[in-house]
Amino acid sequence: MTDQAEASGGNRPAAKTRTADLVVSLLILALAVLFAWDSNRTGNEWASDGPEAGYFPFYLSVLMGAAALFGIGRVLLTKIHEGEVFVTRGQLYRVMQVFIPAVIFCIATQYLGIYVASFILTAGFMYWIGSIAAWKSVLTALIFSFAMFYIFEIAFNVIMPKGPLEAFFGY
Amino acid sequence: MEAFNLLLHGFEVLLTFDKLLLMMLGLVLGVFVGVLPGLGGPNGVAILLPLTFTMDPTSAIVMLSCIYWGALFGGAITSILFNIPGEAWSVATTFDGYPMAQRGQAAEALTAAFTSSFFGSFVAVMLITFLAPRVADFALRFGPPEFFAVYLLTFCSFVGLGKEERHKIVISMALGLLLTAIGMDTVSGQLRLTFGFNELLRGVNFLVAVIGLFGISEILLTMEESLSLRGHAAALNPRVILQVWKSVPRYWMTLLRSSAIGCWLGVTPGGAIAASFMGYNLAKRFDKDPDSYGKGRIEGVFAPETAAHAAGTSALLPMLALGIPGSGTAAILLGGMMVWGLNPGPLIFVEQKDFVWGLIASMYLGNIVGLFLVLATVPIFAAVLRVPFAAIAPMILVSCAIGAYAIQNAMFDVWMMLGFGIIGYVFKKLNYPLAPLTLALVLGNRAEDSFRLSMISSEGDLSVFFSNGLVGSITGLALLMLFWPLISAVFDKLRKKPAASAA
Repeated sequence: MTDQAEASGGNRPAAKTRTADLVVSLLILALAVLFAWDSNRTGNEWASDGPEAGYFPFYLSVLMGAAALFGIGRVLLTKIHEGEVFVTRGQLYRVMQVFIPAVIFCIATQYLGIYVASFILTAGFMYWIGSIAAWKSVLTALIFSFAMFYIFEIAFNVIMPKGPLEAFFGY
Repeated sequence: MEAFNLLLHGFEVLLTFDKLLLMMLGLVLGVFVGVLPGLGGPNGVAILLPLTFTMDPTSAIVMLSCIYWGALFGGAITSILFNIPGEAWSVATTFDGYPMAQRGQAAEALTAAFTSSFFGSFVAVMLITFLAPRVADFALRFGPPEFFAVYLLTFCSFVGLGKEERHKIVISMALGLLLTAIGMDTVSGQLRLTFGFNELLRGVNFLVAVIGLFGISEILLTMEESLSLRGHAAALNPRVILQVWKSVPRYWMTLLRSSAIGCWLGVTPGGAIAASFMGYNLAKRFDKDPDSYGKGRIEGVFAPETAAHAAGTSALLPMLALGIPGSGTAAILLGGMMVWGLNPGPLIFVEQKDFVWGLIASMYLGNIVGLFLVLATVPIFAAVLRVPFAAIAPMILVSCAIGAYAIQNAMFDVWMMLGFGIIGYVFKKLNYPLAPLTLALVLGNRAEDSFRLSMISSEGDLSVFFSNGLVGSITGLALLMLFWPLISAVFDKLRKKPAASAA
């Protein structure tokens, strides 16, 4: 969307597929160990009336851990995905352009309510990241937020997090 | 004949002003969702699900299933005009649809796509009308062991028939099953895998996970590609439509073959994506002139579209009759049924007649109305694609957040949705399949419950899963599916040996 990322080496790899595959497998293995440990604590025995509460999670963790180990071994022992790029810098930059605003939007929702936060997100995203004219961005965001408010709050009675602005108008 | 009377009753339920209005609304929203990049059948239905929370179940399912039909129709528009499949199941439509558009035959290609979509779903709905009540009736004899065997069959066929790397399928499925185990254990009441976090007591909600896995991750992927859209103009005039319709009987073989493939793959968890490719490939193989495919043959549009729609529709058969979804979207509809307080399974045909037959009637009506609706509004929806993604992305994001929050009124779920968005993004990039994860999330608890209930009744004896012919053959079939890759490898070797010695 902006040329800044392309200028600073947009096609240079930020991560290789082999690394990403390995990291994900390791994370899954760690998760499997954690789940297996907790299920063991809950009880993974076969009682007289069938499995205990931790039985299924325990063996599923073992299965998942084994599959993750297989994945790790395959990356380390073979040349699979050799030279493939998982994500380039330019791509990562663009993904962050939408992910970081999404995180800010969630934080804003907690304090300002979802409708105000959605106005800020839509207008801000269109203006700064999409380089769309300010009046178009603000107008689109206003219409969108009002439409959402009308649909959920008034037409369908679905309750959403609201903030000081809605409280001021008595909602 | 009884099915026919019940169907008429379904139409009675359906033909009220507000239900028809919801149907139209659903179809328009669905086409919209199908056309937009970064949205699709499953996420569209998941995101719009909160709208239905305050409706009665019948209105809710009518609207949601119409969103689904709309999305199925919408996927074809982008494939043909922009060479961008709006849905994975319309990839095969681009092979011949886009070349046709390049030659200035966009109108013919679109008419062919919509007509074959209609034909495919119509065949599948007929199948549902007459077969689903019987299957449900049969399944009424099922006890916990039989249900567990059916769940096992579903899981095993994913592992055995999946096209992705096996260990990734296993990880995806195990992760889904483990995530459903979080929270209160339904049989013993013990807390599992909550690690002392109060927020985890409720467990991981299936719909929150789906919105993140499909909706958020798709936005991230679309941003990454930074695609720019350049499409062909399309206006449909009645003359072209009639011309294509007149030619339809000539392609009866292609249509029937694709419908059969679609129905079969939809009922088994093969899905619309596999069906569309298979429909296309078989049409090509049986044609006298296979080399002309890929250059703009109208059969190349008929075949995949018919199969995809037949599969997408018939995926609802096992969902209705057994409570087992045949596709991702069917899984979400099933999740919706639980939210509306219905208990999916064979009993639904006995206890919720209005719901079931209203849904089936809406499949007929929705497809007919949908056909004319898309034919009339293609130019409008094609224009939607020219709206910059920078304006669409934040709106999809907000809709996702609203959807995730509304399910349990919890802000924690919105954060969880973002987390699942990252998981979905990474999984898709590393070729981890998402379908087994989705299926495990929706079926996990029910599979475990049925297993443990069988164990309680059999006093911990595993042989209950082979105790009678019915449960034994389902379990056997499940094991066959699981080891299918091994078995077929052995067969291949045996077949190659004599061939090699002969040569």
